[in-house]
Amino acid sequence: MKRSGIYFWTGAALFLGAALLMTQVIGNQYPFFAGYVILQFIVLAVAWSILGGYAGYVNFGTAAFFGMGVYTAVFLFKAFGAPLPVQIAAAAAVGALMGFALGLLTLRMQGIFFSIATIAATIIIETAITNWRYVGGAAGIQLQRPAVTAPFDNYVEMLFFVQAMLVVLAVAVSRYIQRSWMGRGLQALKDDELAAECTGVPTLRLKLMACVISGALLCAAGAPAAMYLQYADPASAFNLNYSVSTLAMSLIGGTAHWAGPVIGAIVLGTTQQLLTVTISSEVNVLVLGVMLVLFVVAAPEGIIGLVRKIRRKRNEGEG
Amino acid sequence: MKRRTLLGGTFAVAMFGLASTALAQQPIKIGMSMAQTGGLAGGGKASLLGIEVWRDDVNARGGLLGRKVELVVYDDKSSASETPAIYSKLLDVDKVDILFAPYATVPTAPLMPLVKQRGMLLMGNFSFQVNSKVGHDMWFNNAPWGPADSWASSFLDLGQKAGGKSIALLAADQEFAQNLAKTAREVATKLGMQVVFDQAYPPSTVEFSGILRALKAAKPDIVYVASYPPDSAGILRAVNEIGIGDNVKLFGGGMVGLQFGTVMENLGSLLNGVVNYNTWLPEPNMYNEGTKAFFETYTKRAVEAKVDPLGYYLAPYGYASGQMIEQAIKAVGSLDQKALAKYLRENTHKTIVGPITFAADGEWKESGVVQAQFRGIKDKNIEQFRTPGRQVILFPAKLKSGDLITPFEAARK
Amino acid sequence: MFSFELLLDAVVIGVLLGCFYAAVSIGLSISFGLLDVPHVAHPAFLVLASYGVYFLNEHYGVDPLLAGLLITPLFFLFGLLAYRLYYETFEKRGSDAGVRGIAFFFGIAFIIEVLIILQFGVDQRSVTADYVGQSWRLGDMRIPFRLVVAFVVAVALTILLTLYLSRTFMGRAIRAVAQDQEALRLMGANPIRIKQWAFGIATAVLGIAGALLIIVAPVEPTLDRTYIGRTFCVVVMAGLGSMSGTLVAAIILGVAETIVLTLFGASWAPAISFAMLLGVLAVRPQGLFGRRS
Repeated sequence: MKRSGIYFWTGAALFLGAALLMTQVIGNQYPFFAGYVILQFIVLAVAWSILGGYAGYVNFGTAAFFGMGVYTAVFLFKAFGAPLPVQIAAAAAVGALMGFALGLLTLRMQGIFFSIATIAATIIIETAITNWRYVGGAAGIQLQRPAVTAPFDNYVEMLFFVQAMLVVLAVAVSRYIQRSWMGRGLQALKDDELAAECTGVPTLRLKLMACVISGALLCAAGAPAAMYLQYADPASAFNLNYSVSTLAMSLIGGTAHWAGPVIGAIVLGTTQQLLTVTISSEVNVLVLGVMLVLFVVAAPEGIIGLVRKIRRKRNEGEG
Repeated sequence: MKRRTLLGGTFAVAMFGLASTALAQQPIKIGMSMAQTGGLAGGGKASLLGIEVWRDDVNARGGLLGRKVELVVYDDKSSASETPAIYSKLLDVDKVDILFAPYATVPTAPLMPLVKQRGMLLMGNFSFQVNSKVGHDMWFNNAPWGPADSWASSFLDLGQKAGGKSIALLAADQEFAQNLAKTAREVATKLGMQVVFDQAYPPSTVEFSGILRALKAAKPDIVYVASYPPDSAGILRAVNEIGIGDNVKLFGGGMVGLQFGTVMENLGSLLNGVVNYNTWLPEPNMYNEGTKAFFETYTKRAVEAKVDPLGYYLAPYGYASGQMIEQAIKAVGSLDQKALAKYLRENTHKTIVGPITFAADGEWKESGVVQAQFRGIKDKNIEQFRTPGRQVILFPAKLKSGDLITPFEAARK
Repeated sequence: MFSFELLLDAVVIGVLLGCFYAAVSIGLSISFGLLDVPHVAHPAFLVLASYGVYFLNEHYGVDPLLAGLLITPLFFLFGLLAYRLYYETFEKRGSDAGVRGIAFFFGIAFIIEVLIILQFGVDQRSVTADYVGQSWRLGDMRIPFRLVVAFVVAVALTILLTLYLSRTFMGRAIRAVAQDQEALRLMGANPIRIKQWAFGIATAVLGIAGALLIIVAPVEPTLDRTYIGRTFCVVVMAGLGSMSGTLVAAIILGVAETIVLTLFGASWAPAISFAMLLGVLAVRPQGLFGRRS
């Protein structure tokens, strides 16, 4: 237990160190642009899995949280010229509130009804933002980035590093939840909510906590996108693509372990980035479709499940 | 010591010589993203074909600066979130020499600051007022929009001359349409017209009967519609079914989609009487040097590429982008971005869509947008749009090929 | 701008539009409502059917509605196949498909989208028929024929399916399987067969619904994405598995949408229908006419 903690934190420190080193050494900007997108999806997938994986509540509203993150940042930047950390913190707060509301929904709805409710909520929120002229409305809004803060000499490099920190935060939280009483409680809840409640698991509190944490992280992941794109429009910010990709990444990686969504996001995110600059046509969408079907059919527990199965087989072979 | 320097020098010269011949064989790379999937794909593919026809033409003429021209194109999925990474790849990994912008405003907007920061020239592709806030002095839009309000003012001017005093605005709740509606509102106020109806409908609207009924009840003289392809079809159908009232003198203005071959073919006779903006039309005054040859090639290649069979709206302007870059590179004799931009800014360029001169903001100095009225259109026939007289140009005066028929109900027959 | 006349108009158009929504949702009311299959590819199948109708209309001049009928057998087979695949992958393993089922159908939907693009290109398509573009005058009111067609088809479909599910042996078996699969198995019937059959019917209905879709408005390959929310909204609001409930819920949705579009801020229209859905879910999670209590 303790040893794995040391490994984890050393790994996290190494990862952040490497990210920081990259920003100082590499002059080519492309790795940061592409890397930012992949890191952003890692945060989304990990955050989504806290509710969708551990608790089994399938949230289709990733785009709603992401978009609200973007627009929280846009609003704060336009109204007060708020700096990036404030934008992210505020987005996390907004996300936590939205998560709380989502948690209340779980009181009444389960399974697919919950998922449909999240789709409905996404469309309502998008419509509201579309009608809010101050942040650009349907026409979208262009933003001018402020000067970059040292030690970075480029804003995108800084965003890359910031997103890397969010990854560490999200993974650490997810890992903590999985290994604490919360994770076990959520697991019980996922298996049989009624039984869990009967045996004294505080299901409501657990669900609310999972929703709030997941929501805060999803929203926080969206906030830097405003400065990354220097442009925001509702159709792009609330794109269905975020919801589907996040779900796909978590499933492809496997939701039983915190590392699953991370692996899934890296695999699918990298594939998508590569396809964009190689095949670059409708075939791109085809690959996503085929990957989804193949993984769901052939590897129901995701990559994590596959690895476990192989390991078990090897152990059996040795034994 | 001395000998070594000399040796080194010789070596360097030799290397330089090698490098420069190697360079001469390397193609000039033009990089861009273009929508191949998603809502903008129809336009993006047609536009790209126009640029490809230019590439083949210029290579057949021996290329530029003795080098072949090569296009590096990625799919941006019609989305704003893809373009920054794509253009960074183009600049930092592919090391392209010239940048073209993606089709439409949304994918272009996020890359303006990036391109400005890198000091690169950017050849715009049908985006609307995307440079107004960024102020990049090396931006040149191939689209003939001209000053922001010229579009609405040409339409409302026609309406006023036809005796229109009140106006109804119907616009899609999306980026481009909202920008058009905004300028129309301003121009209407300036002309002293009364806005009697002003609605933004959501992009997912299926049925327009209800909203047109409300519009009709407001009894406007002029109806200005800013819509996207799926809605344009829905609106015209509903107009045909519900009617729009006898007092409407002018209908149309900013309907996107009525420029695309398949959409026009589908709508057929429903188009009659509509006055809508356009860029290039097969009317006698629109032909310039090379225009005819271009469309001969385009028409052949559009079939196998499964893109717009007519391709009037975007493709010739894609070709013109290439022509302008070609002239600039030839005149400057290098790929120096600043020099190229200076040349583009200061000269008039001969293209297949006519001469182009840029204003300080990189838009056309004078608007080249035409307002044309559909006449005598029959159902299910795409070939009819190739003959002159089907879309009669009413504005601008120098391209005019006929007079407005009004009121709208009379023009529909 | 508010007038009684406009309101009346909006209600009439809304009812007709609602019928159209019912027609495109009723298949989902079987596949998702009765069989619990999280069929998010339903709208993709629908758009595929529209392209089938377009193909027959464009190349052979077949009337769109007739073309819709012609492709129903094909879609029936397609449905049988799709369910088999789904069953082998999920239900047979005894696992709760849940989120993986959704992902599976999303994957299928993407594949269908791309296949349509490769075959037909990205341009929007529509069909020609005598009743497209004409209207019916009723006093001051004019009613588009397209919507009248949608109305007739939707009502006919609802009646047919309701009768089928309540009067025929197979129909009753389908309803039984939705309620208690085990009981049916004990009685010696094969629930999988029955479910497969039901899924086939749910998909076959899409042939005719796809014809309506392309009659009412032009289609493009990625149109399915806007219909995911709408169709699920109708089915859930109706309460799972109720055919007449689907019609009523769709009409409520259509009327609400049209009234907002005509008389209030048009740009708020999408929010209204989904706010209604959330309201219904919060107050009556089993839907307006739900089978579960």
